[in-house]
Amino acid sequence: MKFALFLGCNIPARLNQYESSARAVLKKVDVGLVDIKEFNCCGYPVRNLDHKTFVLASARNLALAAKENLNVISLCKCCYGSLKKADHLMKEDASLRAEINKILSKEGLQYDGDIEVKHFLSVLFHEVGIETLKEKIEKTFTGLNIATHYGCHALRPSKIVQFDDPVAPSIFDKLVEVTGAKSIDWSMKLDCCGAPLWGVNDDLSMRLTEKKLENGKISGADFLCTACPYCQMQFDTVQKEILSIRGTNHQLPSLLYPQLLGLSMGIESKLLGLNMNNLPIEGIEDFFTEEKAIKA
Amino acid sequence: MFFTISLYVALAILGLGLVYKASTWFRYSIGVEAGKFSAQTRVLRAILGIASVLFGVKILTLIKVFVIDVVLQVRILRQDFLRWLMHICIYLGFMLLLLMHALENFISEPLFTDYYSTVNPFMFLRDLFGFMVIIGIGIAIFRRFILKVPRLKTNAMDHYAIIIIAVIMISGVFLEATKITSHTEFQIMVEDYAGLTAEDDADEIKALESYWVKEYGVVSPNVKKPFDTETLDQGKESHEMSCAECHSRPHWAFLGYSTAKIITPVALGLDRANMPTILWYIHFLACFIGLAYLPFSKMFHIFVSPLSLLANAVMEKGKSEPANIATRQVMELDACTHCCTCTLNCSAAVFFETFPNTNILPSEKIISIKALAAGKELSEQELKHIQEGIYLCTNCYRCTVVCPVGINLQDLWFNIRESLLQKGYPEFFALSPLSFYRGLMKEDGDNYQKPLDKTREAIADRCELMKMPDKVITLSGIDSAFKGTLSQSDQANTFSGCFGCETCSTVCPVVAGYDNPREVLGLLPHQIMNSCGLGLKDLALGSNMLWDCLTCYQCQEQCPQGVCVTDILYELKNEAVQQVKEKPLMERKL
Repeated sequence: MKFALFLGCNIPARLNQYESSARAVLKKVDVGLVDIKEFNCCGYPVRNLDHKTFVLASARNLALAAKENLNVISLCKCCYGSLKKADHLMKEDASLRAEINKILSKEGLQYDGDIEVKHFLSVLFHEVGIETLKEKIEKTFTGLNIATHYGCHALRPSKIVQFDDPVAPSIFDKLVEVTGAKSIDWSMKLDCCGAPLWGVNDDLSMRLTEKKLENGKISGADFLCTACPYCQMQFDTVQKEILSIRGTNHQLPSLLYPQLLGLSMGIESKLLGLNMNNLPIEGIEDFFTEEKAIKA
Repeated sequence: MFFTISLYVALAILGLGLVYKASTWFRYSIGVEAGKFSAQTRVLRAILGIASVLFGVKILTLIKVFVIDVVLQVRILRQDFLRWLMHICIYLGFMLLLLMHALENFISEPLFTDYYSTVNPFMFLRDLFGFMVIIGIGIAIFRRFILKVPRLKTNAMDHYAIIIIAVIMISGVFLEATKITSHTEFQIMVEDYAGLTAEDDADEIKALESYWVKEYGVVSPNVKKPFDTETLDQGKESHEMSCAECHSRPHWAFLGYSTAKIITPVALGLDRANMPTILWYIHFLACFIGLAYLPFSKMFHIFVSPLSLLANAVMEKGKSEPANIATRQVMELDACTHCCTCTLNCSAAVFFETFPNTNILPSEKIISIKALAAGKELSEQELKHIQEGIYLCTNCYRCTVVCPVGINLQDLWFNIRESLLQKGYPEFFALSPLSFYRGLMKEDGDNYQKPLDKTREAIADRCELMKMPDKVITLSGIDSAFKGTLSQSDQANTFSGCFGCETCSTVCPVVAGYDNPREVLGLLPHQIMNSCGLGLKDLALGSNMLWDCLTCYQCQEQCPQGVCVTDILYELKNEAVQQVKEKPLMERKL
C-alpha cells in the first residue's frame, strides 16, 4: 500500500510533530509514503477570492499524484476537503476540466479524475483496518477520556468528501478506542474549531473555540484529539492565547491522533513530538497502567 | 597607458560602488520596526555583533557554513544537480581564471618561477578554466531560454550577467585564436626572441615559419603547405633553439586552437585588420566594465551571498539584536541572485497561472521590495499590487528553506506585509485563511485590526442597499442578470430551491455566536439565498456574513432543499471582491 503524502503548507512550517508522528505510525502498519516535492498549496486559502485559482492549485496536485499513479493521503482536513472538491469538479465539469488541463499542460500535466484522495484517518480505518492496528498496540490507556474532533471539511459536504456518516460519524471514535481510551460523547463534537476565522475575526473565532472547549470539558474529556493542522493549532496555539487573555489555566489540551496512537504503539516520544505542543500533553502517559504483550 | 587608466577607473568605480551599496544596508529599512534605528546605531550594532561572533563559539558555525554552503554550494546541489554544475563551473572557472590569468603579475608569477602563459600546464589550464565557464554559461542559457521552466522569470539583469561573462569568455578565446594564427605576432616574436632579421636571415625565417605553419597553426602569406622535410627540419632546429622553451604546442590550448582552425581561412584578413589588438581591447574592456558595474548588477552577489549565508547562520529572529536584523534584511536584497529557486519551490506560485500578479512569485517580490526599500515613489496601483502579491503567500517557509544564499524570505515578506498594510489600501486576501498565520503572529496594537476593518469597509461600500435598512425595495431595482453570474461551480442556481425554512441560519455556528446576529452580520444565510433568488445583488454581496462564514458546511449539509449554501457563499465572496477591484485583474501579459 503506497500513497503520495500531501502535507500542505502548515504542517512542515508549524506542526512538524504531526508529520513525524504520522510517518512513524504509517511505517508501523506498512503504509508506504512517496514525497512529491512539486506539490503546492491545496488552494483552500484562495477559495474565498478566486474559484478558478483554487481549482487549478488543487488539480495540479492531483495531476502530480496521477502522474506517479498514486492515490493521495492528506493529513489536513482542509486540504482533504479542497482536493476532494476539486477532484469532483474536474470529474463533473467538462469545460472547467478542459480549461484547467490547458494550463496544466504547460508543465506536461493533466488530470482526468483517475486517482483517489484519502484522509489519514480513512486510510487507517479502511485500508489498514482496526484489527491490524490492534496487533501493533503495545500499551493501552485506562480511564482516559478523549473528545474526538472530526473537523468540518472531512465530514461535509458529505456527498463530495465521503469520509463518514456526516450526522453520526464513528471512524475516529473507533480509531481512538483502539488505544484503550474512551471516546466520549459530546454535543459539539461535529462543530467547527474556529480556525477558519482566526486572523479574520479573532473575537468570533475565539468565542467559537471557547464554546467548544467548554463543552468538551463539561462532557468529561481529559484531552481533545484532532487530525488536522488547523484544528490542532486552534486548540493548541490559539487556546494558549485564549488562556492568557482570560487569565485562567482551565485548559483542555489537544493532541494529534498519531501522537495518541503512536504512544500506544510504543513509538518513541521524540518521533511523536510530544514536547512540541504548546499546551503540555505529557500527562497522558499517566493513563498507561499495564503493559500488554504484543501478540501471544 | 589606456589599459592602466581604464583599469584604475574601473577599480575606482568598483570601490565607490561597494561603499555606496554597503551604506544602503544601514540607511534603508524594511518594515515598521526597522525604521526605529538610526544608521549610526545600526553600524555600531553591526560592528559589535560581528565582533562577538568572530571572538565567540559561533565562529565554528561560520567556518562550517563557509565550507559547505559558500565553497561547495551544497544548498544548490540539494535543489538540482544541473544547476549546481552550472554554478560551480562558472564560479570555479572564473575564480581560477581571475587568480591565475588576470592577476598573473601578482599571483602566478611570484608563485611559480617557471610561469609563462604559453607553457604547460598553464596554457592548458587557462583553456580548461575558460571551458568550465563556457559550459556553465551554456547550461545557464539552456535553462533560462530553452528549457522553458514554468514561472522561472528571466529579467534584464539575468541577461546582462550572461552577456558580460559570455563576452569576456568569447573575446578571450578568439583573442587566443587570432594570436595563434597571427603572422604579425609571429614576426614580432621572431625579431624579439630569435634575433633573426628579414634582410640577413631570410632562409632561416622561412624555415621557422614553415615549421610554425605546420605545427603551431600560424597562417602565413609567404609559405604554403606542403613543406619539404629539409625545410621543416631546419625550422625545427631554430624553433628548438629560440621558441620551444616558451611555447608548448598550441593544441593544449584546446579552445583557442580549435577556434584557430575554424578561422584559418580568414585568418590573414583578420590579422591584417589587426584583430588581435581589437579583441584584446574588447577582452579587457569587458572585464573592466564588468568590474565597474559589479556593485550595481546581479554579480554583486559574489560578495553579498556569502555574507548572507554567514549572517543567517548565526542570527535568529527574537534572539539577535533587532537593529542587526534590520540591516541584514536590506543586505539580503543584494544577496539575491534572482536564481528563482524560491519561485520554483513556492507553494503559492501556481496561483500566478490564473491570478497574474508577478508579485506572487517570491523571486519577483524581491525586486519590488528592492524598489520599496530604496524609497522609490510607487503608484497606488503598484503598491496594491505588491501588497496583494505578498499577501498571497501560504507562509509555508519553503522559500526560506531552499534559498541557496540563505535569505530569510519569510521574515522579509512578513515585515513588508505589515508596513504595506498600514498604508490603508484594502487587502481582500486578508479576509481569507491566508490570515491564519498573521493571527498567530500578531502583536498588540491597532495595526493588527485596522487592515481587516478597512477591507470590510471597502467591500461594503459598494453595496448601497445594505446601508439603507429601511428602504422599501421595488422590483425595478432588481438586477436580473445577477442570478446568471452565479455559475462558477456545480451549485449553480440551487438557491432557486430555497423556500425560506431558515434551517441554514438556525444551524449556523456563526449566527449562533452572536446575541444580535442581524446587526453584526447583516443578512443571515437564508436571507442571502433569498437575495440571490430575487437578484438583489447589493444585499447578496454586502453582508458581513460572507466574511464571517467558517465554511463549515453545516448549512449546506442540512438544507432540506439541497441548496449549496456554503458553495454559494464562496461564490458571492468571489463576486464581491471582483466588484470592488477597480480594474479587473489586469496585466495578464507582462
